[in-house]
Amino acid sequence: MDRVPLERKVLNENDRIAADLRARFAACGVLCLNLVSSPGAGKTSLLERTLDGIAPGLRVAVLTGDIQTDHDAARLARFHFPVRQITTGGTCHLDARMVDRALVGWPLEGLDILFVENVGNLVCPAGYDLGEEAKVVVLSVTEGEDKPLKYPGIFFRSSLMLLNKIDLLPFVPFDADEAERNARRVHPGLPALRVSTLTGAGLPDWFAWLGDRRRQVALARAASSV
Amino acid sequence: MHEIGIASSVLDAVRAERARYPGGRVCKVGVKVGELGGVDCDALRFCFDALTRDTDLDGLELEIEYCPLRHRCPACDETFAVEQFETRCPRCGRLDTEFAGGDELDLAYLEVDVDGSGTPRTQGAQ
Repeated sequence: MDRVPLERKVLNENDRIAADLRARFAACGVLCLNLVSSPGAGKTSLLERTLDGIAPGLRVAVLTGDIQTDHDAARLARFHFPVRQITTGGTCHLDARMVDRALVGWPLEGLDILFVENVGNLVCPAGYDLGEEAKVVVLSVTEGEDKPLKYPGIFFRSSLMLLNKIDLLPFVPFDADEAERNARRVHPGLPALRVSTLTGAGLPDWFAWLGDRRRQVALARAASSV
Repeated sequence: MHEIGIASSVLDAVRAERARYPGGRVCKVGVKVGELGGVDCDALRFCFDALTRDTDLDGLELEIEYCPLRHRCPACDETFAVEQFETRCPRCGRLDTEFAGGDELDLAYLEVDVDGSGTPRTQGAQ
């Protein structure tokens, strides 16, 4: 009997497609962000606010994933940016192949930012690279402060935490400082922004973060084409 | 929740690798699962058994190596398992230590019975 070392990722095929997507995004100077949260934390509302308030001239597109229905795509189409729905038909996360297929025929060259709204789930999306520049995790104040400790994988792999629904803080027993401390126990230094997609509070910080990341991607593209 | 897909990816890899050993029988596959991997080991075993039963891989054994979250201290080079998210270096007390592992979801090894001897012969890294 021989023991043969393999030493490679289980999700090798997904990672291969994701690496190809990442190279295409980089070549076109597109900032791709993968939005992850529990169901109902406000990913779609955040995108509505974002599309509504994005700086004029920025070219944005959205892929939105759900297990069933195209309700989110219909909500987001009102803002006249390109939107495509990915219906997974039962799968609890998006994978790189779904993103790759959904992008067929879309000219990435004309885009500045591509938002990918993942299926509402804090577990499985953490394991699947979609070729994004960064994952953004949305936590809402109607959940528990200990969610980062219960679902450490996604908080560890995210580059930003948005704490949403802060308009409800006077009405719910949620300690925002404790939630941020918990997130940083899992991911030291994780930046966090407090926002309300209902009132718009904190959204200027989100737009500033987006602008910074977008400039970094554009600079990297300019540097690589010199 | 997604362990069926992971089990399926493991089996795809086993079938691809098996092609290199014509006539051999794959007996065991080793998988590393990190603490941050978001994989439930019991669910993975359950899915693995369901996907191999009554197939060409019936009887294939799955060995899961669970890998805890580890940090490394940049000051004293100590690598340690992080328990309860306590990331302070246990040796020198430094607070800001670096991630050093725990997000694995890796195929580690295959055991292939190539000559029917049934005796494991380990080669290379494990």
